[in-house]
Amino acid sequence: MPGPDLLSSQGLRLDGRRPNELRRIRCKLGVFTQPDGSAYLEQGNTKVLAAVYGPHQASKSKSSTEAVVVNCQYSMATFSTGERKNRPRGDRKSLEMSLHLRQALTAAIKTELYPRSQIDIYIEVLQADGGAYCASVNAATLALVDAGVPLRAYVCACTASMAWHGGSPAPLLDVGHVEEAAGGVVLTVASLPSTGSIALLEMSHRLHSDYFENVLSRALQGCRDIEVILDKAVRDHLAEGWTKQDVVTV
Amino acid sequence: MAGILLSHTEKVYITHGVKNEYRSDGRSNIDYRPMELETDVVSHASGSARLRLANTDILVGVKTEIDVPKPDKPGLGKIEFFVDCSANATPEFEGRGGEQLANSISNIMLRAYQSAQAFNLKQLCIFEGKQCWKLYIDILILECGGNLCDAVSLAVKAALFNTRIPFVKAALMDGGNVDLQLSDDPFDSKWLDVGSAPLLVTLCRIGEKCVVDPTAEEESCSLVSLIVGVTGNPKYYNDYEDEEELPAFEAKCSVISMHGPGSVSPQNLRDAINQGIIAAVCLDEALGKTLFRERRDTEQFKRHSYGFLK
Repeated sequence: MPGPDLLSSQGLRLDGRRPNELRRIRCKLGVFTQPDGSAYLEQGNTKVLAAVYGPHQASKSKSSTEAVVVNCQYSMATFSTGERKNRPRGDRKSLEMSLHLRQALTAAIKTELYPRSQIDIYIEVLQADGGAYCASVNAATLALVDAGVPLRAYVCACTASMAWHGGSPAPLLDVGHVEEAAGGVVLTVASLPSTGSIALLEMSHRLHSDYFENVLSRALQGCRDIEVILDKAVRDHLAEGWTKQDVVTV
Repeated sequence: MAGILLSHTEKVYITHGVKNEYRSDGRSNIDYRPMELETDVVSHASGSARLRLANTDILVGVKTEIDVPKPDKPGLGKIEFFVDCSANATPEFEGRGGEQLANSISNIMLRAYQSAQAFNLKQLCIFEGKQCWKLYIDILILECGGNLCDAVSLAVKAALFNTRIPFVKAALMDGGNVDLQLSDDPFDSKWLDVGSAPLLVTLCRIGEKCVVDPTAEEESCSLVSLIVGVTGNPKYYNDYEDEEELPAFEAKCSVISMHGPGSVSPQNLRDAINQGIIAAVCLDEALGKTLFRERRDTEQFKRHSYGFLK
């Protein structure tokens, strides 16, 4: 059972949010000039950079005649976590995250349009404060849009957890690092909100099946809210013209 | 670094331009491209900086840890460099692809900071022989646009300038074991003394002349490049009220390294080193003034934080 101190007596969480509030999302498309598409996304204190290369010719070992091969790499900077991380990538957790990313993004990309090609998506987590996977999926979506890769729909990811407020269950949206570490259940959902389908669903710890529908619907609502934010960011970016290359004098 | 394809004519064009002290973007042989610098971008790290030198983007985070000093150097702290070439820069850096480049850069940085006159490790000592600070300097290369070493050394110096070391509040000696208590207040800390930290200058030999801050195209035209590490002038990094109390400053070379399949004559080598020292001294002054201005703005709450959003 999740601890009772995730929600205060006034119904506020540890960082002052209400149970159905997302953290502040700020994003920018076209951060770098070398990759075909790039994006930066901040969700609260979690900061993620995404870069997309492609579609380009696939390496012989990975080529497929039916669809494009989506190659993802999830890497965390060594200074991203509270305790210094020795290896940025290549450990089991990063490889698992790369596979989850591939699962979520392949569902959205129109893969049948580019046979015998490969799309590379590289994620670099600069600061991890809970929900790094979700921020990565959201940043990758923006980077794919910046690269001009055709998508079926936006892919948005969100986490949800469960807390107790005066005896009644209260699902929490967008779990931060402190709430994750407190030991409650964390349900991660990556969905295509405009079609309503779910690309990836993952859960840690235990949750009673009576409350599952409630937590899942809260997470899906979070995904729909994130889609609105991402869509607005894309439209603002296109309205202002080409990617800006800043020149500032020292 | 990343593969640039240049035709023979373009190479001749660049070489002739350099001979006449005129490069393809209008700079002279010792001019740098415009740079953007911002410190304190990563909140989990004790100090951080992001530097953008035209297309090259470097992010440095400094983390501090308490460690036992080396037995042969009981009064000194430790410093460790780690360079990570992110796959964002080029797909060749995926997995372990960028390891060779990363190792070469971290080795040069380690050699540059080894001398006591470059970076004084005594300031990292807590208890002689028992406890000292260890600095982990983590460099993340996000985009390669030529001239990586210079950008890395500038970003590292900026990040070290931004690093706070907590004060040790109390220490309990328990039969040889020291138990430290650090202050909880994040502002109860001291800044590091990085005035003399070295800056690397890459000089690319194109034809008979050397150019400073080569672009990726110019790098592919040159056969050999020379990297010189020059110590900085503490005058620009500290608030000295009395200018006369400073000893006369002399720039010193803390590391020299060569890259590439070509060779350099001794006379050319000497000229190149002198050119590098002049460039480093100017760069150091500009960096010091900028960092000081930023610190003053932060203390007066006038500073806007942009991070990657601008």
